[in-house]
Amino acid sequence: MSNKHFLMGNEAIAYGAIAAGLQFGAGYPGTPSTEVMETLIKNAKKYNYYVEWSTNEKVALETAIGASFSGASSIVTMKQVGLNVASDPLMSLTYLGIKGPLVLLVTDDPGPHSSQTEQDTRSFGLFSNIPVLDPSNSQEAYEMTKYAFKISKEYETPVILRTTTRVSHRCDDVVLEELKPSDENIEEFSKSSRWAIFPKLTAERHPILEKLQKTLSNKFSDSKFNFKTGTGKIGIITSGASYHYVNEAISNNKELFSVLKIGTPHPFPENKVIEFTNEVDSIIVVEELDSYLEDQLLQLLGKQGILKPIYGKKNNIFPCCGEYSVDIVKIGINKVLDSLKLQKLEISEKLIDKNDIIPLPVRPPNLCAGCMHRTVFYAFKEVSKELKKHNIQTIFSGDIGCYTLGNAPPLELIDTCLCMGAGISIAGGISRTTKNSKNVAFIGDSTFFHSGIPAVINAVYNNADVTIAVLDNRTTAMTGHQPHPGTGKTALGKPTKLIDIEGILKSCGVEFVKTVSADDFSACKEISKEVIEYNGPSAVVFRGNCVSLVKSDKKYVIDKNKCINCKICVERLGCPAITMNDEIPEIMDNCTGCGLCKAVCPANAVIEVTKQ
Amino acid sequence: MNFSVIICGVGGQGVVLASRLLAITAMNSGFHVNTAETLGMSQREGSVVSHLQFGDFIKSSLIPEGGADLIIGLELSEVARNLHFLKKNGKIITNCKMILPSARSSNEKYDSEQIINFINKYVKSTICIDFSKIAKIAGNPKSMNVSVLSAAFYTGFLPLEYNDFLKTIESEIPEKYRDINLNAAKLSAETIMLEGNNE
Repeated sequence: MSNKHFLMGNEAIAYGAIAAGLQFGAGYPGTPSTEVMETLIKNAKKYNYYVEWSTNEKVALETAIGASFSGASSIVTMKQVGLNVASDPLMSLTYLGIKGPLVLLVTDDPGPHSSQTEQDTRSFGLFSNIPVLDPSNSQEAYEMTKYAFKISKEYETPVILRTTTRVSHRCDDVVLEELKPSDENIEEFSKSSRWAIFPKLTAERHPILEKLQKTLSNKFSDSKFNFKTGTGKIGIITSGASYHYVNEAISNNKELFSVLKIGTPHPFPENKVIEFTNEVDSIIVVEELDSYLEDQLLQLLGKQGILKPIYGKKNNIFPCCGEYSVDIVKIGINKVLDSLKLQKLEISEKLIDKNDIIPLPVRPPNLCAGCMHRTVFYAFKEVSKELKKHNIQTIFSGDIGCYTLGNAPPLELIDTCLCMGAGISIAGGISRTTKNSKNVAFIGDSTFFHSGIPAVINAVYNNADVTIAVLDNRTTAMTGHQPHPGTGKTALGKPTKLIDIEGILKSCGVEFVKTVSADDFSACKEISKEVIEYNGPSAVVFRGNCVSLVKSDKKYVIDKNKCINCKICVERLGCPAITMNDEIPEIMDNCTGCGLCKAVCPANAVIEVTKQ
Repeated sequence: MNFSVIICGVGGQGVVLASRLLAITAMNSGFHVNTAETLGMSQREGSVVSHLQFGDFIKSSLIPEGGADLIIGLELSEVARNLHFLKKNGKIITNCKMILPSARSSNEKYDSEQIINFINKYVKSTICIDFSKIAKIAGNPKSMNVSVLSAAFYTGFLPLEYNDFLKTIESEIPEKYRDINLNAAKLSAETIMLEGNNE
C-alpha cells in the first residue's frame, strides 16, 4: 500500500497539523468541524501531543492562546457560530500576536445543513485582520494546514483555516508524507510585557498589524495556492468548493475562460489579481456565501482605476444564499455568455426533472426511538395543556442540540431557539414581558456547561420566574457523543472529576432543584407540574441515557386483543418504533424499551418483552 | 475517464460504508476518487445519499442533476427520490425492498409495485432484486449494503473489477464481520449469474 489514503477533509486537516509538528489542540464539537479534533484525539498518543475538548469555543481558543504564548504549536477547532463565541479573545489577540504557531480551524456551512447561520469566515478574517486559507479538497486541506502553521510561526499571527461542509466532509484520495511524533520540547512561557494588552500596547501594535496585512498580501501573491489555469479572455475568480464546480461547468468550453483560483482570500493577493485582471476582458466571480472576493476585487480595481465588467452576486448573476452546484454555476455563467452574445454552456440532459418524481415517503428529522427527550417533552406538553385550562400559557424556550427536534411534529413543543445557551435568558426576558405566562427553558448537558451557567446566575440574581429543565443524557449527542465536564471523562478517555449539574444550580442560588429519571414518565409529569407552579427560578435535571450509546435489553409489543386503536402512541408521540400495520399500531424491532408508549396507553395494551 | 455513482438508502442501512468500499476499490485501481454524503440534521432513519465520483481528475463534491452513470439503491423509494441525478442512458441496481417511515400519518400509503413501475418507465434495464434476503441467507441482514454493491460490480455496471472489490472487503472490513460480508458478496454474484442464465 502506497502513502495514498482515502481521507475526509477533516481527517486530512488533522494529519496536516500532525505533519506540522502539533503540540497542543483544543476545540468544542460542532458540525461540520468535529472530525478534526476526533482524528487528533485518536492519534494523540501515537504522535505525542496534548488535546482537549474545552467547555466552549472561547475557552478552547483562550487555552490554545496560553499554549501558544508558551511556544507550543497549537490548533483550535470550531464551527462558524463557535467563532462568534470565541470572537472576543480573537479580536484582541491579533494585536498581541503569538509565539508558538496558532491555527484556527473554522468550518462554514452553506445551505445551511446543520447550522443557524450562513455566515462567512473569510469576512471574519478581513474584520479581525487574520489571514485566511480556503482549501477546495482534502489534499489541499492537508497542504494548507501545514502552510497555515508555517505562516503563523513566521509572522507571529494566528491563522484561520476555513472550510465549508463540502470540503470538510468530502472524502478524497490524499497523499500523506510519513508522520513523525511531535517534538516534546516546548519553549515554555517567559515573562514579557508583550502578553498583557493595554490601550498603549494596542496603539503601538496596531500599525504593525496593518503593515502585516500588506506584507502578507504581497507574500500571498506568490503563493502556489493562488494559481491561474487557461488562456481565455473571460476571467473567472473563484475559491473553495466553487473551484471544482467551475472546472466542471466549463470543461467543454475551456478555451473561452481563464480561471484564477484563490486559496488565500485574506489578505487579498492584490498583485496576483491585478496581473490576472490585465490578461482578461471581463471577470466572473464564483463564490458561496458572502460576496467576499467580489468586494475585494471591486475595491482593488476601483483603487487601480481599472474599468472592466465584473459579474457576481452584486448584479444578481449568482445567488447570495445557499449552497452552489455545477448547475447553479452554469446558469450564472450562461447569463454572462448570453449578454456577451456567446454560445451558452450546455446543461446536461436529465432523465427526469426533479418535480416529475412521484410522491414518496417523507422522512423528516425525528428524535430517536426511545430518546429520553421525548418523554420529558411529552410530560411538559401534558402539563401545559392543563395549565391552559386556567388561562396560563406555558412558553418553552429551546436550545441547541438534539432536543431542538422537540419543535418537530407531533410534539411541536419548542417555541424559541436561537443559539447556544440562549434558552434560559430568553425565557427570563419573556417572563418579564408576557403576562399570564409560565416559562420553561430546555437545555442539554453539554450546552449547560458551554454557556448556560451565566444565564442561570442571571435568572437567580434578577429573580426571574423561569423553570430550567436540564436534559442530561450524559453526552454531547448531536455531534457524535463527545465527553463533556458532566461525564467524568476527558477527551483522551482519562477519568476526571465529574462536575455535578445539580451542585452548580444550587451554588448559583437556585432554591428549587430536583432530579428525576427520564425513564419514569409519571414522575416526569409530576415534577413538571410542580416545577412550573413554583414561583421564581427553579430547576429540574432530567437524567437518562442516550439510546445510541446505551443499548437496552427490553422492548415492548402491543397486545392486539387489548388495543382499542385510539392511536395515541402512534400519533402523539412520533416515536420511530411505532407504526400502523393493518389499521392497528405495531411496535417494531427498533424499540429501545423506554416505556413511554406503555405509560400513555389508556388500554394497558403495551407489554414488555425481552430482546432476543 | 470519469464515472459518477449515486448510492442511496436510509439511515442505518450502511450507505456510507458501501460508498467507502467502492471508493477505496476505485482508489486502489489507480483513480482519483471523492465522495460526499448528504444527510439531515441529527437524522435517524432519514434519507442518505452518497455522491461518488472517480476518474482521471479531481471532481467536485456533488454530482450534477443528470450526471450519474449509475444509481446503487439500498432502498427502493430512495432510488426514485434520486432519479433526477441519473444520466439519460444511466443504469440502476437496487434492493427491491421499501422501508416506510414509522412516524407517519395512517393515511399515507405507498406501494412498492407502483414505485418499481415508475422507475422502470425511465430505466428499462433496472436490476431490482431482494438483496435483504440474500444478506439474511449470508448470515447477517446488515450485509445487505455489501450484497447490492457486489452485484453492481459483478454485472459489470462499474468500470472496476469484481475481484478488486473482494480484496477491498478483505482489507477494510474488521475480521469479525469479514466472512459474513464476503459470503454476502459471493451469494449476490451467484444470484446475478443465475438470473443472467435464466434470461
